[in-house]
Amino acid sequence: MAAAYELRCRECGKRFDNAPLSICDECFSPLEVICDLEAARGTFTREAIAAGPSSMWRYKSLLPVPEDYKPVTPAGWTPLLPAPHLAERIGAKNLYIKNDAVCMPTLSFKDRVVAVALANAQTFGFDTVGCSSTGNLANAVAAGAARHGLKTYILVPSDLEPAKILNTQVYGATLVRIDGNYDHVNRLCSQIADRYSWGFVNVNLRPYYAEGSKSVGFEIAEQLGWRLPDNVVCPMAGGSLITKIRKAFKELIALGLVEEKEVRFFGAQATGCSPISTAVKNGADHIEPQRPSTIARSLAIGNPADGVYAARAIRQSGGWAEDVSDVEIVSAIQELAETEGIFTETAGGVTTAVTARLYAHGRIHPDDLTVTCITGNGLKTTDALAGVYDQEAAIRPRLTDFEAYISQKNDEPELVVEGANVR
Amino acid sequence: MSVRVLLPNAFQKHTNGARELTSSAANLPGLITEIETTFPALRTHLRDENGEVRRFINFYVNEEDIRFLGNEKYNFQDGDEVLVIPSIAGGCCTKGECRCCSYCGAEECRCDL
Repeated sequence: MAAAYELRCRECGKRFDNAPLSICDECFSPLEVICDLEAARGTFTREAIAAGPSSMWRYKSLLPVPEDYKPVTPAGWTPLLPAPHLAERIGAKNLYIKNDAVCMPTLSFKDRVVAVALANAQTFGFDTVGCSSTGNLANAVAAGAARHGLKTYILVPSDLEPAKILNTQVYGATLVRIDGNYDHVNRLCSQIADRYSWGFVNVNLRPYYAEGSKSVGFEIAEQLGWRLPDNVVCPMAGGSLITKIRKAFKELIALGLVEEKEVRFFGAQATGCSPISTAVKNGADHIEPQRPSTIARSLAIGNPADGVYAARAIRQSGGWAEDVSDVEIVSAIQELAETEGIFTETAGGVTTAVTARLYAHGRIHPDDLTVTCITGNGLKTTDALAGVYDQEAAIRPRLTDFEAYISQKNDEPELVVEGANVR
Repeated sequence: MSVRVLLPNAFQKHTNGARELTSSAANLPGLITEIETTFPALRTHLRDENGEVRRFINFYVNEEDIRFLGNEKYNFQDGDEVLVIPSIAGGCCTKGECRCCSYCGAEECRCDL
């Protein structure tokens, strides 16, 4: 391998020099970045990583960016938190949360993939970048492009949450609302990328972009003291993240940074858009596309690009996939916030609700070390909680009023059904 | 009766640069045959070793995935616009065919995918 990484066709194995390319011109299969593990062996050590920056760039030698690339955004290195209160609630004993709700700069794991994609956009000389997005990616591309000084076109479904639209426009990006769902938007972006000389992070830069997700896996292993968990629960939209966390673990094993272990992977989807979990449950080796209908819009991809690979990775690992209703999603958002102080968006509600179900159904053993991946921040999807909490009348700024308020609160009967508190 | 068919850039190497064609095919099987007749060089790339059209090549009719319209049973209407788009990722790489591994990163696949 001439460079430290290159593109290779997943099907026919044809090699390509690094270029803004995502499809093999021989068999029209997707391309994948392959990093030269032997070349990284000298630099990718526990000591070198520990001496690196407090960001995903501490793993730079296994990310597809030029050796002399100077990162402009310290994305990643988010907390891995023990979650004892949630664990107690759902019957777990050793549960951790990888909290990308606080990933910088735009509060979702998409900051990681965009960081790698834009590094490559710069390398390839693009002055304009873009993406199709369900929201989080739009935010991340808009912010990242501002820091890189790139022009930006971002295409989104027209029904996107207002917060995600505002959080894209504020960076000066050109936001194009499309009258259709994400799959329509994505298709249009494929056509645009064919006609315009722009870097679309999840189209012609996709092989590089997707590698950024490996940093989630590297961080989980390092934050656990260089060991792998028993289980990972991961939300699935396009299906890429779950496969890349697995790839990261495999690379760490290959380089001897962690002991070999077969980690079980569990995928989480919303029932209103569940093509991958359906394939896993049915044992299918292909994905039947769906028309999405769920409040978890960041997971609403009916024809997931990496769905086949995600389903296969889950099955091969001995894991499983589940999907949950919109009501369960909202309830899980509240539960995670109340038990662990983490406010996640709807996708995190999906992951939390699915995690609870996996324990309830005995798919995950209570003693297992399990990491559940929270990938986005609740401030982006506050509309999902509209009407859930009453706004009480204001009281006068007097102590007597406050005491009356407290007294009234204490007099309110607590709703008790079969010995359990209910909302 | 004619439909306009838009081809992806990835095909151009095998179509002498042509990006589209006008077809009078009645349905998807007829269209694929016509594409192969018009661009013979494309045939071996469009189909796998069993002669099946590769599953990661997607067809859309007027913004709708043809699988939602009945797939091969759908009869093209005059004026339909057909998009041919390869999946950006995904596909049908089956066990044993993967020459490089997407997961362990090694050239010799070690993780049985």
